Amino acid sequence: MSTLNRSRAKSAFSSPIASAAAVVIATLWTIPTFGLLISSIRPEQAINNSGWWTFFTNPEISFENYEKVLFQGTLIQPPMVQYFFNSLAITLPAVVFPITLAVFAAYALAWFDFKGRDFIFFSIFALQVVPLQLTLIPLLQLFAKGLSINGITIIPNLGITGTYIPIWIAHTIFGLPLAIFLLHNFLRQIPRELVEAAKVDGAGWFTMFRALIFPLSIPAIASFAIFQFLWVWNDLLVGLTFGAGSKEVAPMTVRLAEMVGTRGGGWEVLTAGAFVSTVVPLIVFFALQRYFVRGLLAGSVKG
Amino acid sequence: MSIFRRRAMGLGAIAVAALLVLSACSSESDTATGGAENCEAYAEYAGNEGTTVEIYTTIISPEADLFVESLQEFMDCTGITVNWNGSQEFEAQISVRVEGGTAPDLAIFPQPGLLAKFAGNGLVAAPAKVAESVDANYSPDWKAYGTGPDGVFYAAPLGANVKSFVWYSPKTFADNGWSIPTTWPELLALSDEIAAGGAVQPWCAGFGSGDATGWVGTDWMEDLMLRFNDAATYDAWVSHDIAFNDPKVQTVIDEAAKILKNPDYVGDVASIATTTFQEGGAGIVDGTCAMHRQASFIGGILAADYGATIVNPEDTDVEGGITTFYFPGVSADQRPALGGGEFVGAFSDRPEVQAVQHYLTTADWNNKKAALGGWFSAHKGLDTANVADPVNKVAVEILQNATVFRFDASDVMPAAVGAGSFWKEMTAWVAENKSNKAVLDAIEASWPTE
Repeated sequence: MSTLNRSRAKSAFSSPIASAAAVVIATLWTIPTFGLLISSIRPEQAINNSGWWTFFTNPEISFENYEKVLFQGTLIQPPMVQYFFNSLAITLPAVVFPITLAVFAAYALAWFDFKGRDFIFFSIFALQVVPLQLTLIPLLQLFAKGLSINGITIIPNLGITGTYIPIWIAHTIFGLPLAIFLLHNFLRQIPRELVEAAKVDGAGWFTMFRALIFPLSIPAIASFAIFQFLWVWNDLLVGLTFGAGSKEVAPMTVRLAEMVGTRGGGWEVLTAGAFVSTVVPLIVFFALQRYFVRGLLAGSVKG
Repeated sequence: MSIFRRRAMGLGAIAVAALLVLSACSSESDTATGGAENCEAYAEYAGNEGTTVEIYTTIISPEADLFVESLQEFMDCTGITVNWNGSQEFEAQISVRVEGGTAPDLAIFPQPGLLAKFAGNGLVAAPAKVAESVDANYSPDWKAYGTGPDGVFYAAPLGANVKSFVWYSPKTFADNGWSIPTTWPELLALSDEIAAGGAVQPWCAGFGSGDATGWVGTDWMEDLMLRFNDAATYDAWVSHDIAFNDPKVQTVIDEAAKILKNPDYVGDVASIATTTFQEGGAGIVDGTCAMHRQASFIGGILAADYGATIVNPEDTDVEGGITTFYFPGVSADQRPALGGGEFVGAFSDRPEVQAVQHYLTTADWNNKKAALGGWFSAHKGLDTANVADPVNKVAVEILQNATVFRFDASDVMPAAVGAGSFWKEMTAWVAENKSNKAVLDAIEASWPTE
């Protein structure tokens, strides 16, 4: 059944019509981005006066927009390079934390036998249904004021607002349900014989994780890492909200959203800004491309 | 591709190094300017050295740079650092920040409706000193807009904008010997005179604005509402305490029709709906029409896209030169103003926060800020000599002489009307020649019933 499906899929994907359609769609979807790229290297005057396609008949190249975006701060805004590093400082821990937690959790949920395991797993999975917008204010209150019920302090005010910590925690929380779900399904596919053989050889739970489970789950971890990286890097809402208005920790997306002036002036720098923020996700994507495709299939039904 | 990337990275590294050097330089120069001479003026704000006040606002660069520049001396002398935090997500984020417990120190509210939401719900009542300063320097209407529904005064006015303008070309007026009307009957008389001349169309108008087509018509209605009725009626109209098809509103639309639905004045009435508001003013630049009622911002559009030059009313020899006069009241001594403005509310009662809030209401700061250009306020102590732009100068005069000041009604009405049926019906009014009565009845019927 599955081989039949696979060969049918294969023939469908390699038919010339399908390929042609794919090329057309890819081209159509790339044109606006391409136009943006061309615009970003044109001088301001040219952007304001003519469309990007006139570039081909009248090529004028200027890297002024990039220079302006990256290195020219204003009285109130540091240059974009600072936000670039803020974004990195947010993204890296916000990818590492959920993966570390999720891989252990998924391991336990997939291979440990304990009461209520399925219930816990389904509860975690169900948490994906909660829209993150709903949690913004309560979570922010927790970070800003701590939590006390009837005068008993449960979580003290840690004074962490305006630092990276709330952003990391928020991203970790929002990333965990999907991470656990994805990794759990992947780990479940590891053949039982392998695990049992390891057990017979006298491996403890941790040895088994280190020597068997972790190496085998690298592809799933990598694919989730890409998802989480792209999500955190491109995120505006969480960074904006949990950064509590502090410029020192605001990611690049926050700066990008304000790049156009109060009355819409200066939008030529936006093209360059957009590309600066695209560079890192592109590098990540191309470097880990093969995992990305695999990741799309990870956690789907077993074949 | 890879060569390009490597080169770009190399460039980046050099630039980062350069940046470090640059920033080192700039921080040095900052401390150098620190010891300003005339710090005595700021003596009342002493004792707050080393503190920081965050101002959260919709105003972002490049406009925001001028605000910070205007506050530089204050910061140097008082030792208070103003952290200007502009965000276009202000209107959504302010609620999140206030409820989440990370409220800013000061927030600049772009409209009173949003301010009212935080009255008694996070906002700290303005200290007596700020209230006194506002009493002394602004008209009571401005103070009322900074007062919450609970009657507590929270927020001091900041900048302002004005809509009650008629744009014209001083050259066209001078060439034809027309004079600036100061009353509504004079305005109509002048329109008749221009129409009788035949060469120039008295009025240009354009309601077109994409999804928002018709808003120009609502501005006409609001301006005339303030002229043919008193302020209390205007407020009742906004809050729907009188019906939209009340006889008092009927008077207003009848008056508006005297100009907008008069083919002798505007040419083809139906074409008003399809003319964009940007294009609407173009006729006064090339001399095909004489007058155009529009807010101050149209000057920038006409200058950028239609080759207009903003001039002083005395400059009667500039081809394509345009400027404004006050959209007159029914009588010369009736001078209401329609417009908008921002309000500075505090979420903290720390002394340095109150110091900044107070300083923003002083004549000293208002003049400093206005002198940097492109900005004005309703402050009575604002010297028009500091306002370089001729249109802003007229605006300041309008505000300072205003008998009444009111916010744009359609911005305050429920969205179903203010950003819906009011626009649509004003469009139908000109486009389909819908009768005055039918238009008002339709808007009244669309008012949401809670």
